[in-house]
Amino acid sequence: MKNFLDRIQNGEVLAADGAMGSLLMAWAGDLVKGSCPEAVNLSRPEILEKIAKLYLDAGADIIQTNTFGGSPLKLSDYKMDEKTEEINRAAVQAVRKVIGKEAYLSASVGPSGKLLKPLGPVSEDEMFDNFHRQVKVLIDQEVDILCIETMTDIKEAVLAVKAVRDISKTIPVMSTMTYNPSPRGFFTIMGVTVEKAAAEAEAAGADIVGSNCGNGIENMVKIAREYRRYSKLPLIIQANAGLPELKDDKPFYPETPEFMASKVKDMIDAGVVIVGGCCGTTPDHIRAFRQTIDKLVS
Amino acid sequence: MDIFKQISDSLNQGEAEKAAEFTEQAIAQKIAAKTILDQGLIAGMNIIAKKFKEHQVFLPEVLLAARAMHAGLEKLKPLLIREGVPIKGKVVLGTVQGDLHDIGKNLVGILLQGAGYEVIDIGHDAPPARFVETAKKEGAGVIAMSALLTTTMPMMKQAIALLREDNPGGSIKTLIGGAPVSQEYAEKIGADAYGFDGTSAVECVAGLTEGGKK
Repeated sequence: MKNFLDRIQNGEVLAADGAMGSLLMAWAGDLVKGSCPEAVNLSRPEILEKIAKLYLDAGADIIQTNTFGGSPLKLSDYKMDEKTEEINRAAVQAVRKVIGKEAYLSASVGPSGKLLKPLGPVSEDEMFDNFHRQVKVLIDQEVDILCIETMTDIKEAVLAVKAVRDISKTIPVMSTMTYNPSPRGFFTIMGVTVEKAAAEAEAAGADIVGSNCGNGIENMVKIAREYRRYSKLPLIIQANAGLPELKDDKPFYPETPEFMASKVKDMIDAGVVIVGGCCGTTPDHIRAFRQTIDKLVS
Repeated sequence: MDIFKQISDSLNQGEAEKAAEFTEQAIAQKIAAKTILDQGLIAGMNIIAKKFKEHQVFLPEVLLAARAMHAGLEKLKPLLIREGVPIKGKVVLGTVQGDLHDIGKNLVGILLQGAGYEVIDIGHDAPPARFVETAKKEGAGVIAMSALLTTTMPMMKQAIALLREDNPGGSIKTLIGGAPVSQEYAEKIGADAYGFDGTSAVECVAGLTEGGKK
């Protein structure tokens, strides 16, 4: 397998996978509903293998692990922080078993769910240690990429990136934030701008920056352009398939694979080199991204 | 500078110690507790709430202002009780069962307290029965429910259905909110109001409690 960062630097555009949570809900709803979404890593790893296979077959170059909430602070919500090592290890092993070296294995690291002092109870050292403990397991398991995602506080994102860099100087790190549109521009709920996020993530040692989750693909195109204005780093965008609506008490995401794929060109023009999905995107969305990328970049 | 502006400014600067200090000074000046509350603390929170609505400030500023308001309120509480200042109304607030997201819910709690309501926060992952039982026990006028996951939204429906059985007169009103929630959904499940954001939630509670007094 070619070096991940070399491929990007050589102008390749890669497809990442789509939603994990929505598929978990569909296949193991009884297991994950109201309980820890990462517990399934231990109880039903075969579901993770199935999801990884679907995205691999859809043409994703990057497959993500089910470790979004796998930091001990987050797991402590479910009194499962003692199992941080097992949970993260099992998640990587399930994906690697399926993808081997056919695709890159990206380890997801989401927010701790706790606020840093003075707003919340967690000190910067505790936050660093929180991510360090999770990331150590992931790097020991030889993941290819770390993906710090869905962050709203840049300080927390930076501490996660630094935790990675403390363990490995070379492993590729992506740092993505979640923004809301406002008449004054895009901000995270903590008030972080794209400009600030781009600069601080890069200074902390991120190789790739961008945005995930959010409010649909059209806003993501605007966010990508804003990143390009403030950063020379390669960009990643993993958009939601729009904001969910409820249909018969089940979530329904309005953006179709065709609609989302129709915006891939705009994203690539803005400097995006990794196009993937977040909540509500399916293997069909990723297949559509793949086909569009292959048509545009050859 | 007048003391009310000093209190209000200390909230807006997120200075809890100053908020407590200026509130004490106002008390020492023999100003009525209700006046200090309305023109100092609540006025300060209103400014922050307006700035938040206009995206001029964000969650950190609101949280720090809330902490400052609480610091002032602590000093004022004994006087408010002594003066017998009536509270505007009681609201039972929580994030529904299966949902651990509480940032939005906490924000609504802060803004409601800032607007002079008593908030009984039943936390996150709160089952439908806890909303209804707490509201009945505390004599609350409004149940406010938050959900951040589409998968937990149906718990709002269950709580409203349970409330209908337990409180057939409809004296307890319901308000729902959260990123995936909409006006349409509120109407569908029979909620009395939908709060688009924190400040609109406060407006809804004002409307609902007004309605109850008629």
